[in-house]
Amino acid sequence: MRARVYVTLKPSVFDPQGRVVADALVTLGYQDVRDVRQGKFFEVELADADPATAKARVTEMADKLLANPVIESYRVEVLQ
Amino acid sequence: MKFSVAVFPGSNSDYDAFYAASRVIGEAAELIWHKDTDLKGADVVILPGGFAHGDYLRTGAIARFSPIMGAVKSFAERGGPVLGICNGFQVLLEAGLLPGAMVRNDRIKFVSRIVPVRVEQTDTPFTVACASKQVLHLPIAHGEGNYYAPPEVLDDLERNRQVIFRYANEAGEVGAEWNPNGSLNNIAGISNCQRNVVGLMPHPERASEAALGSADGRLVLASAVRWFADRVVRHA
Repeated sequence: MRARVYVTLKPSVFDPQGRVVADALVTLGYQDVRDVRQGKFFEVELADADPATAKARVTEMADKLLANPVIESYRVEVLQ
Repeated sequence: MKFSVAVFPGSNSDYDAFYAASRVIGEAAELIWHKDTDLKGADVVILPGGFAHGDYLRTGAIARFSPIMGAVKSFAERGGPVLGICNGFQVLLEAGLLPGAMVRNDRIKFVSRIVPVRVEQTDTPFTVACASKQVLHLPIAHGEGNYYAPPEVLDDLERNRQVIFRYANEAGEVGAEWNPNGSLNNIAGISNCQRNVVGLMPHPERASEAALGSADGRLVLASAVRWFADRVVRHA
């Protein structure tokens, strides 16, 4: 079983990396780029479990380790 | 008294801290591997600078779960003085021993230079030998020293006088132009509510002898010695 976790900086936290990427895109000629926010993506392989249990487990992992709740938010998806 | 310096895989200022405590300050010091669960009779614990666990995931995020951190946490809860320097500060933030978090420097650069740092509070184990508002010249060397805390946490820090060090100019004035990394309120170091746990991004241990460009950092470790001596007298 596989789960996906998307971690992003909270909107109130400035993202210097995203800003640099946005500037680079504008330099490349993408004048329509207004902003970029950079995040993290995790694919977690799990022993088989029912989807609700898997989601609860991975949410716990995101809370404890994958994201820092002071500056980041996350979203968990469980794939069948 | 004894300084115990934790060593994580990727620590690189561990020996600098050990050297400053033992050879410059002249106290007992010991390096303690992160897999140990015993602080070996520490009176003061130092979490040193470096790139613990490669800074993978987030700075300090993995080191926080090292076995030694359980002992550091109980030591801190008993009121033991803990100093986190640079990456050690990041570990304390991730471990929840200090409030807030670090994000990348606002100008994308790794910043490595000696900067003026103003001592805001002198009633902590690591600043008791400093004068109030004294300007120390300390090296910084980090890519992720941009201190962030949500507004209500920042207000609490200021109200409780938990901001211990601020980036300033030579005259001790604090302003955006002397902020090397974008830290909120020019914060270079903070303490917990109980004031026994202190974290700072500058490296006092790398500025403990004039040959290193500044000996001001000596005051930070000398503070711990004075603080410890005062307590021994008070409890005698």
